[in-house]
Amino acid sequence: MLMKIRRLLLKGGTVVDPAAGRNRRVNVLVENGRVTGLARNLSARGAEVVDCRGRYIAPGFVDLHCHLREPGAEDAETVASGTRAALAGGFTRVCAMPNTDPPVDSEAMVRFLVGRGESAGLARVHPVGCCTRARQGRELAEIGGMVAAGAVAFSDDGNWVADARVMRSCLEYCKAFDKPVFAHCEMTGLDTGVAHEGPVSTRLGLAGKPDAGEAAAAARDILLAHLTGTRLHLCHVSCAATVELVRWAKGRGTAVTAEACPHHFTLTDEALAGYDTNFKVNPPLRGEADRRAVLAGLADGTIDAIATDHAPHTRGAKEVEFDNAPAGMVGLETAFSLGYEALVLSGLMRLPQFIARLTAAPAEVIGLPVPRIAVGAEAELVVLDLREKWTCDRDKLVSRSRNTPFAGRTLVGRVQGGILPGGRMWGVGAD
Amino acid sequence: MSSKAPARSLRHLLGIAELSDEDIAAIFSHAEMFKSVLGRPIPVVPALRGKTFVNLFFEASTRTASSFALAASRLSAQCLGFSLAASAVRKGETLLDTARNIEAMRVDGVIIRHSMAGAARFLSERLRAFVVNAGDGCHEHPTQALLDAFTLREKLGTLEGRRVLLVGDIAHSRVARSNILLFRRLGARVAVCGPPTLIPPRVEELGCEVFYRLDRVLYEVDVVNMLRVQNERIGAGAFPSVREYRALFGLTRERLARLARSAVVIHPGPVNWGVEMDYEVSDFPHALIMNQVTNGVAVRMAVLYLLAGGHADEDSPAPA
Ligand SMILES: [Zn+2]
Ligand SMILES: [Zn+2]
Repeated sequence: MLMKIRRLLLKGGTVVDPAAGRNRRVNVLVENGRVTGLARNLSARGAEVVDCRGRYIAPGFVDLHCHLREPGAEDAETVASGTRAALAGGFTRVCAMPNTDPPVDSEAMVRFLVGRGESAGLARVHPVGCCTRARQGRELAEIGGMVAAGAVAFSDDGNWVADARVMRSCLEYCKAFDKPVFAHCEMTGLDTGVAHEGPVSTRLGLAGKPDAGEAAAAARDILLAHLTGTRLHLCHVSCAATVELVRWAKGRGTAVTAEACPHHFTLTDEALAGYDTNFKVNPPLRGEADRRAVLAGLADGTIDAIATDHAPHTRGAKEVEFDNAPAGMVGLETAFSLGYEALVLSGLMRLPQFIARLTAAPAEVIGLPVPRIAVGAEAELVVLDLREKWTCDRDKLVSRSRNTPFAGRTLVGRVQGGILPGGRMWGVGAD
Repeated sequence: MSSKAPARSLRHLLGIAELSDEDIAAIFSHAEMFKSVLGRPIPVVPALRGKTFVNLFFEASTRTASSFALAASRLSAQCLGFSLAASAVRKGETLLDTARNIEAMRVDGVIIRHSMAGAARFLSERLRAFVVNAGDGCHEHPTQALLDAFTLREKLGTLEGRRVLLVGDIAHSRVARSNILLFRRLGARVAVCGPPTLIPPRVEELGCEVFYRLDRVLYEVDVVNMLRVQNERIGAGAFPSVREYRALFGLTRERLARLARSAVVIHPGPVNWGVEMDYEVSDFPHALIMNQVTNGVAVRMAVLYLLAGGHADEDSPAPA
């Protein structure tokens, strides 16, 4: 799917520079994988030309949170299929969560994942290692070894580290490597439900998971981050109470960042009325007030990044009773369009700010240089058509899995392709 | 009797929430007719001769399964029992496998009881046969609500303006959800009462009042709808002991004596005597528990008849 191009001119588009917070109408010349020219009337004889009139060019997106399922559940997704889906959604880098089978809790496992990513040669895979051995929440995993192999953060995602002593150790230990801990927050004892606890769970007779379970866990972890001085990143913030806690913590100077997922700011628990397991996710879809609070948190910067929590599951796994279905939905291919409509078209933020939530902000969380489109920099960018309307079709997803809750939904704005390091191009003009 | 294609829109009976007012009226009018059939020396009509239904019970429930089986046989239909509680499910057979097998057997209708909410809907989306929800997890149990309402209408004339109180484990009760919805639709004022640990969050939004102290509301109501309290809930944090539950929420002899003169008592059964009700309630003249059982057959006949596409004008079940 990739095509290597030596000289390429992206002509007539608008370059979005999230770091500078503005848009520029310039042509972009890419030679041997680097941006060599950035000017309004730039032309280049002999270069391949991609007509970008009416389109936008942005740095490649960074997903802080996805599940590539390899090793262990290759029938649902592999590193290759997941990173191909990532490119289709504009993500040139993805953080792979370690709750695989076996889990990514050792240097060897991190190397394995990096290697799988390299041999697929698509979006770059940044492994997240386990905080604790086998995600058991008891003993520290070999974090130092994993850092050496390329892990960018540590998380027991899927589980909350319930023992406060262990979580404190994880945070303290990660400080030596300046790596953040990614927390999946749900307090033990409040984590047994399958739907957001509220009027909808009552009506449908589904066991509820209250927002207090997420917020109480987040509060503890925020306080421990403050105590230890380590960077804490909160995964998939889904409710107003957690947004409020993050706002409070940032005001207090705690080194905390947070992500939100498109499904949490575009859907509510009302979508569960038909017991469609494609809407079952953890944290669960919540109420309208929570949805609005997450949007407001993104708009005012309380929530730093948009992450997908892309969680592929096979049809067989999902086509069961609601209680028995695994939680999770695919998200890489729809995240940009959903965010564009909910945040930019709605007037909550301007385009460069929105792009920053997909690029500069997540890059900063995992310590990558700020993605920019600048002369001399490696070209890692995406081409966007903000006018394109398209319908999400389950059967046309690039991911190996089909568990999207957005099938049939008309989306606005679409990633048309882009360039990866090394001048490798996908989409526009490449196929 | 008028039954002009009354509920052709009724494809399945999944919950009270999906029923139209016309559906409910049609079920009641047919149930009345079938109740008169049940009073005859030979209480059988040929209305559904040749039809085959399956009783698919993933949870043990002799009462409900028998009530459906009897209703089917009174209509001359066959009802096969499929007890899946133990066998197939343990062998890893999924609900989807079960659905496919039933589809291949080409039966006309499936009556399902399952421990998980949404299971009846799951089947209905995958079968050509009609599906009757005989209880799905903590969600709905619509035929129980229909027979309860039918029984109350028989006794009280109407539910319009009547005060109904549901007492007990509202949170885990599918009967509670279906009954609240149906009683409200029929114009009753509905309240629920139980320990806060057994009242589901924001239940008021179903249209009922909430009480935590039984004695503050019990003596003002027209209908007391007691619910079964499962022993599993004890010790799981819902309430400290049977003794305390009985003292606070039980329909004891003392409370029974103080009920409004015309008040009636219903219970979906089976009763945990000595827990939610003292045995003396069974002698109480206004306890309608046995009427509920009898009416259950008539109401289920009506439901099966309407879903199986019977027409009064085609093969009149109640010859003049
Ligand atoms: Zn998680
Ligand atoms: Zn996750």
